[in-house]
Amino acid sequence: MTSQQLNLGELKPVLEQYATGGRSQLLPALWAAQNIYGYLSEPVAVAIGKALKVPLADIYGVIEFYTMFYKEPVGDTVVRICVSPVCTQRGGREILDSVCEHFDIMPGETTSDGRYMVEAVECLGLCDFSPSALVGEVPVALDGASDPKSWILSPNPAPLGHLEGDPYWLLGSCGQVDPTEVAAYEGCGGFMGLKRALQNSPEFVIEEITKSGLLGRGGAAFPTGVKWKFTSQAAGEPKYMVCNADESEPGTFKDRVLMEGYPLSIIEGMVIAAYAVGSHQGYLFIRGEYMRAQNIMQKSLENARAAGYLGKNILDSGFDFDIEMRSGAGAYVCGEETALFESIEGKRGFPRLKPPYPTDQGLFGKPTDINNVETLCAATWIMANGADAFRSMGTEGSAGTKVYCLSGDIAKPGVYELPLGITLGEILQKAGGVQGELRGVLIGGAAGTFAGPDDLDLEMSFEGLAENKYFLGSGVVNVINTERDMRQILYSLAHFFAHESCGKCFPCQLGTQRQLEIMDKAVQGQLTNADLVALEDVGFAMAETSICGVGQMASTAILSAWEKCPDVFGLEESFDG
Amino acid sequence: MSEKYIQLTIDGTPISVPAGTTILDAAKEADVEIPVLCYFAHTTANGLCRLCVVEVEGARMLQAACVVAAQDGAVVHTRSPKVERARRTLLEMLASTVDISESPELQALVAEYECFPERFEGGKKRQPVVIDDNPVYLRDYSQCVMCWRCVQVCADDAQFTYALNFSGRGFDTQIATFFDKPLTETTCVFCGNCIGVCPTGALKAKREYLIEQGVAPEQVLELTRLKGRKNRT
Repeated sequence: MTSQQLNLGELKPVLEQYATGGRSQLLPALWAAQNIYGYLSEPVAVAIGKALKVPLADIYGVIEFYTMFYKEPVGDTVVRICVSPVCTQRGGREILDSVCEHFDIMPGETTSDGRYMVEAVECLGLCDFSPSALVGEVPVALDGASDPKSWILSPNPAPLGHLEGDPYWLLGSCGQVDPTEVAAYEGCGGFMGLKRALQNSPEFVIEEITKSGLLGRGGAAFPTGVKWKFTSQAAGEPKYMVCNADESEPGTFKDRVLMEGYPLSIIEGMVIAAYAVGSHQGYLFIRGEYMRAQNIMQKSLENARAAGYLGKNILDSGFDFDIEMRSGAGAYVCGEETALFESIEGKRGFPRLKPPYPTDQGLFGKPTDINNVETLCAATWIMANGADAFRSMGTEGSAGTKVYCLSGDIAKPGVYELPLGITLGEILQKAGGVQGELRGVLIGGAAGTFAGPDDLDLEMSFEGLAENKYFLGSGVVNVINTERDMRQILYSLAHFFAHESCGKCFPCQLGTQRQLEIMDKAVQGQLTNADLVALEDVGFAMAETSICGVGQMASTAILSAWEKCPDVFGLEESFDG
Repeated sequence: MSEKYIQLTIDGTPISVPAGTTILDAAKEADVEIPVLCYFAHTTANGLCRLCVVEVEGARMLQAACVVAAQDGAVVHTRSPKVERARRTLLEMLASTVDISESPELQALVAEYECFPERFEGGKKRQPVVIDDNPVYLRDYSQCVMCWRCVQVCADDAQFTYALNFSGRGFDTQIATFFDKPLTETTCVFCGNCIGVCPTGALKAKREYLIEQGVAPEQVLELTRLKGRKNRT
């Protein structure tokens, strides 16, 4: 279809809906337009630019930044096949090849009948079903999948997934009742935490969360109570409460399971946080690939609003708060809090320099509390059950439970809520044990580190891991047996970072590419000692000089593999230069 | 109100500067030179190139001197082994990506830090074709280091014309117009600010370029006359 044939009339309601919001509505407007036309053409971008008063070059910059926005027509259905480390480990790349062969196209191309476009994508957060794909909006498990014709023509939605709690605190009634129904949630003790919060002062809530020792569960492990206190005390109005549901760390899928299985607990946590910090406007930012989670969260927001848990005068407390849901559009870096703010503000997801920190100048330059999905579920639980109860599990430095994401060569991949402080070996046992002979465990995700078969007594707590130069991150436990091709896994890690680097600071923009090239040589078996020296220098430069965590952590997993399994690189022992 | 001063040490030299001064400016006071590439006094500092990183004792990472404020009592090292390793690697990655043949300052840094960009030989380079789409200037992004200065002066740092932004992401990021249109079809007013702030040979006035190519002066004038622009979007 040429641009002249587009009927811009269909766009009118979209423009009317979003124009008053200006630039901050750019991503929603682009999504709505793409949903109409299938892609974002020049005249559509011009119309959006005029309506929202955004410079055209900036709109182009945004379209180009996010991988889920297309500036050319694509197939009616986009088939996104995951090639991130976990799915690569389990045959994702071979599936991509077979699909492309079946349709006789290359990745990124559309079939001649215009029905399907096939894309290789980074982690879809379906690692418990790996290898996996997203057919249109349908998440599909491809383990043992037959020929592409069947699962692409009639995709069978993957279930919520295997989940186990010991105890069931944060997972609560996850997956057991209709997740969007307020009455069902109340029947399982839902909204008790919020009621207790609203009966007390915001200071009491902050004190309770501080006493609980809750540390942020998104990866950075910052004390939640301190963050709330800083936000509540910061000068400037309005204040914002943001839920970071941009979960994109390869190997991580707990937030997807929580959103699909226990969405009202997240909403309750957001209201509690907003009450504590003094915010009346919240944003729930969910990654674009989590379409099913978005639908469930949207319905849950409507139901919570209808039941009086959102909006004006919540539960007759005099407290007003509402939540706007935002969809990402394909950018791992937007999980970085300041990049996420930029995205909500309608810009490319470039991380900001810190300081200033979000608690002082976050979204729209205002004091902002931003918390991960699991952190908010924990806050809900703590407000319902008390800080002391939370502290009854875990260790001195890591209170409570952690929701782990078990994937790879393990008997029962899935989400496991377990007390912090148990050992890596115990976690693997909970999930039914390793399948095959253990080669290594990637802890913390792509930005994490490899543990070896001798590390099963590692204490899985924030402090216990940090002592041993590990990083709990978002709770990824990706198990790899000796049958797997480690070089291919490391290559896919390098590929992930090169693909997801935003391009702002030089070390990450250039270093992730150089790292990928060196790992490509490793796959080809052509590494030299000089390449390994270069790999360490590149990793050093990224870790020491990158602006945000993406670049700072882009080499940790690969360099830890180099330390733990130097034979993978074609050399007998670790290089110690 | 009197300004609050802080004391710090840079490469062993004690120095006193007003609170809020960047490490880069404090170093100038101490007569210590720190290399910069993206930093430019008249545009917003974004801390992109990280060549100005320094080691601050007790800090978790190296610090970008152009954007980080000096702290009272800080002990700063601008040429420690860590700093040199980081700068050398950054310069090597840059020189193996971008054509620096017309950038004497960058070449001097590559020599000063004893860089060996050839270690990345065979790696991907940025080699887009030269864009010659207007009578005023050429855009040779194979020489672009992505300092952002042109985008900044085109937008809120000077001209408010917003003709330039980015295409791509990561390594493949490039300065771009709306849907890669010729500059004559954009909001560009040919103020020339972007050419003025470009630290490399990426943006070049067309007259200068044609004279270098040996084109006769009267022809140069003919070739660089700005005609009425149409089809602006």
